[in-house]
Amino acid sequence: MATYQGSKQLDALGDPTRRAIFERLAHGALPVGEIAKRLPITRPAVSQHLKVLKEAGLVRDEAAGTRRLYRIDRKGLEMVRAYFDRFWTEALDAFRKAAEETYEKQEKNDE
Amino acid sequence: MNDTTVKKSVTVRAPVAHAFAVFTQRFDLWWPRSHHISKVDMKEAILEGKEGGRWYERGVDGSECEWGKVLVWAPPQKVALSWHLTPAWDYDADPSKASRVEVTFHDNGDGTTRVELTHSELDRHGNDWQKMKEGIAGDGGWSGILDTYRKSAEAS
Repeated sequence: MATYQGSKQLDALGDPTRRAIFERLAHGALPVGEIAKRLPITRPAVSQHLKVLKEAGLVRDEAAGTRRLYRIDRKGLEMVRAYFDRFWTEALDAFRKAAEETYEKQEKNDE
Repeated sequence: MNDTTVKKSVTVRAPVAHAFAVFTQRFDLWWPRSHHISKVDMKEAILEGKEGGRWYERGVDGSECEWGKVLVWAPPQKVALSWHLTPAWDYDADPSKASRVEVTFHDNGDGTTRVELTHSELDRHGNDWQKMKEGIAGDGGWSGILDTYRKSAEAS
């Protein structure tokens, strides 16, 4: 769907490794090295995935002493919007079908 | 674009009164079965047709879980609801954390109805992001939602 809001987030989470990284960060902030230790991928690969997640606004980073910590973007508003956008598209489609089916049935009974 | 609002519309091949009745009285007929908050399977979804009424789910064991209140009841033109659910599908009674869903029904003059839905004040959930992320590990919480995200991403 071209008009879909938040498709950047969707694309970013479409990759299973990025999704795994994102879910790790959901439990707390981590530096790149720690993420790499917990997943079967290299440090540069983790950095690359974090870059994509960051660009999608899902993850942000900050300096903590000599390290850089990555965490889920607290605002996440765009994600919330994307979620509701998707949810209402599905719900309203189901509503339309229910309204039209019941109306057709009612019309038939009235004949 | 207001980035705290989601707007959707749909045209229904039925008159306004019918569309309004299906949206409200027959809410259970169309509400996505997968979307409810109780751990118990949902038997039905109910929207009370009065201002100050509740909209809620009833589980197969008879237990009830509220989703919010009916803020505006103006059949067959308009209904507005408060949405007290976090995106992790938990109930939050705090009114300052609730978003608002407003639905209006317009007669297109040809027997069809244009239904416009506005889900606003979504930033109130955005501020609740910390709580939302706790739900990420649970079934039906963010992991389920992310799964939906992923599927739609792959499909588009």
